[in-house]
Amino acid sequence: MNNSQGIITMINGPVIQGSNMSDYKMREMVTVGNKRLIGEVISIEGDIGTVQVYEETEGLKIGEEIVSTGKPLSLKLGPGMIGNMFDGIERPLKRMNSMSENFIAEGIGLISIDTEKEWEVDIFVKRGDRVTPGLIFGEVQETSLIVHKLMVPANVEGEIIEVKENGNYTVEESLVIVQDKNGEKYELKMYQEWPVREPRPVDERMPISKLLATGQRVLDIFFPIAKGGTAAIPGGFGTGKTMTQHQLAKWSDADIIVYVGCGERGNEMTEVLEDFPELIDPKTDKPIMERTILIANTSNMPVAAREASIYTGITMAEYFRDMGYHVAIMADSTSRWAEALREISGRLEEMPAEEGYPAYLPSRLAEFYERAGYVKTLNDNDGSVTIIGAVSPPGGDFSEPVTENTKRFVNVFLALDRELAYARHYPAINWLNSYSGYVKVLDNWYKESVSENVPDVRAKMLEILYEENKLQEIVMLVGEDVLPDDQRLILEIAKVMKIGFLQQNAFHKEDTYVPIEKQFQMLKTIEHLYDRSYSAVKKGIPISQIKDEELFNDIIKMKYNIPNDDLQGLENLNSRIDEFYNGLERKYSDD
Amino acid sequence: MKKEYLKLDRIEGPLIELSDIENVSYGEVIDIKVKGEDKRKKGKVIKIDNDRVVVQVFESTSGISVNNSSVSFTGKPFELHLSKEILGRSFNGIGEPIDGGGEIFSSKIFNINGRPINPVARKYPRNYIQTGVSSIDGLTTLIRGQKLPIFSGNGLPHNELAAQIVKQAKISADSNEEFAVVFAAIGVKHDDADYFRKSFEESDAINRVVMYINYADDPIAERLTTPRCALTAAEYLAFEEDMHILVIMTDITSYCEALREVSSAREEVPSRKGYPGYLYSDLASLYERAGMLKNRKGSITLLPILTMPNDDITHPVPDLTGYITEGQIVLGRELNQKHIVPPVNILPSLSRLMKDGIGGDYTREDHPDVSNQLFSSYSKVQEVRALSQIIGEDDLSETDRKYMDFGRDFEDRFIGQGFNENRSIEETLDLAWDILKVLPVEELDRIDPKLIDKYLKKLK
Repeated sequence: MNNSQGIITMINGPVIQGSNMSDYKMREMVTVGNKRLIGEVISIEGDIGTVQVYEETEGLKIGEEIVSTGKPLSLKLGPGMIGNMFDGIERPLKRMNSMSENFIAEGIGLISIDTEKEWEVDIFVKRGDRVTPGLIFGEVQETSLIVHKLMVPANVEGEIIEVKENGNYTVEESLVIVQDKNGEKYELKMYQEWPVREPRPVDERMPISKLLATGQRVLDIFFPIAKGGTAAIPGGFGTGKTMTQHQLAKWSDADIIVYVGCGERGNEMTEVLEDFPELIDPKTDKPIMERTILIANTSNMPVAAREASIYTGITMAEYFRDMGYHVAIMADSTSRWAEALREISGRLEEMPAEEGYPAYLPSRLAEFYERAGYVKTLNDNDGSVTIIGAVSPPGGDFSEPVTENTKRFVNVFLALDRELAYARHYPAINWLNSYSGYVKVLDNWYKESVSENVPDVRAKMLEILYEENKLQEIVMLVGEDVLPDDQRLILEIAKVMKIGFLQQNAFHKEDTYVPIEKQFQMLKTIEHLYDRSYSAVKKGIPISQIKDEELFNDIIKMKYNIPNDDLQGLENLNSRIDEFYNGLERKYSDD
Repeated sequence: MKKEYLKLDRIEGPLIELSDIENVSYGEVIDIKVKGEDKRKKGKVIKIDNDRVVVQVFESTSGISVNNSSVSFTGKPFELHLSKEILGRSFNGIGEPIDGGGEIFSSKIFNINGRPINPVARKYPRNYIQTGVSSIDGLTTLIRGQKLPIFSGNGLPHNELAAQIVKQAKISADSNEEFAVVFAAIGVKHDDADYFRKSFEESDAINRVVMYINYADDPIAERLTTPRCALTAAEYLAFEEDMHILVIMTDITSYCEALREVSSAREEVPSRKGYPGYLYSDLASLYERAGMLKNRKGSITLLPILTMPNDDITHPVPDLTGYITEGQIVLGRELNQKHIVPPVNILPSLSRLMKDGIGGDYTREDHPDVSNQLFSSYSKVQEVRALSQIIGEDDLSETDRKYMDFGRDFEDRFIGQGFNENRSIEETLDLAWDILKVLPVEELDRIDPKLIDKYLKKLK
């Protein structure tokens, strides 16, 4: 440790410089000034160090001290994170509110998970056991949904020489003492510390093979996200990025959700805090808040902490992955994070690349998205981290640097469309320019878990949507009436697809979440409608007869009228389709 | 003993530089006394590098030379003294009275930069404000505590719409609760400021209005403090005095241009269209001050007005604003040319908070479905119109012709209510049904059939 202290020599917004800092390490956490603001060293040149400060710097003076903490920006990872809301550097916002009412003051200091709360701990190891990094030595029931597994930290290996009894402890109490082969002793507590910018180690990365079921039809059927995969949701303002992210946070079948509100609206975080405790997870019947961690750096909170918030989120996600959980992290929005990089880079007077963004933007994005994955953990469990990042392109223009570079590193691209949003078609995911790289990879999963036919039906229905898009161009020029009947049928079926299948009402009790089985049955019903009506067209029956308003309408409304847990209604619809077209064909063959 | 510094190093635009300065803190306010001028100028420290200090002057720097002024440091950030006496008063962009009245004396002192509201302390806004304007109440409902900007263009009647909202808005449902308007004019024409003052007088609101005015010919740097003073006053009235506050800020585009000017004087790396990279964070530090708190009765509803340069919604100012605010009300030039006023172009307009503040518990049970249906049908109208321009209206299918009728009716009666009519939410929704009945019933695919039975059958 060094005893020399830095002295502030320059202040420019969230960036400060100090002299006498040659002993400071890159990325080290420091406290700045008399108010002890928290900061991080981001460059060193000679004895001049540059620090980004995570709090408001107003009132700082030249000559105040910069004090080293001797460690990089790290998190305390332990029980007490789930159900909580933190700022960008893992400070619990509820505690901060009790220290500084309503408004966030600076100089609160580095606080983290609750150190006073007692947890009931079960310890699995005994004296004389050998432990290796990642080994699970005990557990705590953190919420009714989540068992928090206590793991041996990454640098500890050796023999246990002391163990506490099962019982109630706080996170700061030492539970196990391990001695390594050099005689060095380590105290294991309920928490471990980990630097946010470093990926946590795993045994090996495994191939992606499972769907992250989200209950959203357009995703699960057409543009699936895989467990351990990466997805980006770009869209201009008002296209429903946050709404989509909220839906995914609410309904996807991950064990744990980390939701990072990065530079977004304060009221949105408040909404999550109010809604989530009341929403019940369909699989576990427990409030979804019991599996959710929130990280909030709203757009008016200090910009440097925005840069850190993404790393804080992903580190927490990796920690739970290491216990053998499937974790999904939603980052809303990665553009704000990129802008925070740009802002700090600008203050450092670095040479800008495209649109003022620093040249290291693509590598930072790659580093972040590469922390996703399906892995075998050090304790031989399966775990995964899925990253779903929202992107807010300026002017909704997807050719800007953040969207372009994100596209290179993600496998699922869910393009939100302004035109669809204007027509209140939600989720406004444009099926023409979205894609998922997991469709092929997940073929087997669909065949085993849903039905042999999923890939074929999906391809066929997507084809109809593409075809409709081409026909629409003709319709825009000459009107619908001049098209031949088989093409007009495509338009009608595409309309059923759009309203009855792709559109999904997040505020409707039945429709907000739909199990994959029902999704596929719905799709098959529409396919069946298409097959029967198509063969009727081929028999020369006019489209006006084929399109039975009531039948089409009931198929469009099946998402509302047929309950998720009783699919009999879909069977009935299929029989009605058969009855109707059998009748129609009989009538025409008789003539 | 305060030190006075008598020599400046550099003067450029709104910035001055000094050296050999000791013990100065970041963000501190300074006093500049120029020889031969009575009034002291104010400035703020925006960069410290060793003993050199860069100061942004809030007033004009013309007349300052490197030798003719003395600068003293106050040791304090920019603060306002506030009491309820500010109601009915007018101030300039740095909070000094310009109406001939006296200074505000109060022991309550607030830093104009405010502090971010802790998200856990916020109360989620749910109570709607009836503005009496159908296009807003029905389709982009304003919620108490919301920030909802008006995106306009030069020559469009955004001021009239804002004045209509001030005149008609039922800001507090309960008449015992107090409300007030805080008006921030940023780089506006004298005419515009007068228009607002007059319309406040006409609506008898003038004693409940606080004005912070920076005219178009006032110093640029003062534009940066005008909205901050106004929002500080709003925070004080809302969270210390339990009042419901409607803040109107116009024109945000002037604010952003001032920010760009100062940034370029500081030789910062520009991002889009020359605006600084921190434009988003800076705008957020204004807009995010709207809202409600769990343990306070008052609220701040924010209605910023911005003119889109060249009517371009992708310009950085409306674009970044749209990413921060909870929706937007967009005015359309085409509607205005057809004399449909207020010319609210509903398709790109949106209120994000409306979903939780409408429906049976707040407005009426049919409100969510009806507004959805209007959006979807009106967007269909656009397609039909495009088609009819090519093949002519006579060749349209029967349904499409009905859409054309619906479109005209909707624009004339629903949107084009004029600036003087005040409609209740029931009137707005009843009118919507009356217009929707033109369409075949199977086209009403966004409305619950039960509601169609209840409301439409009644009309037919």
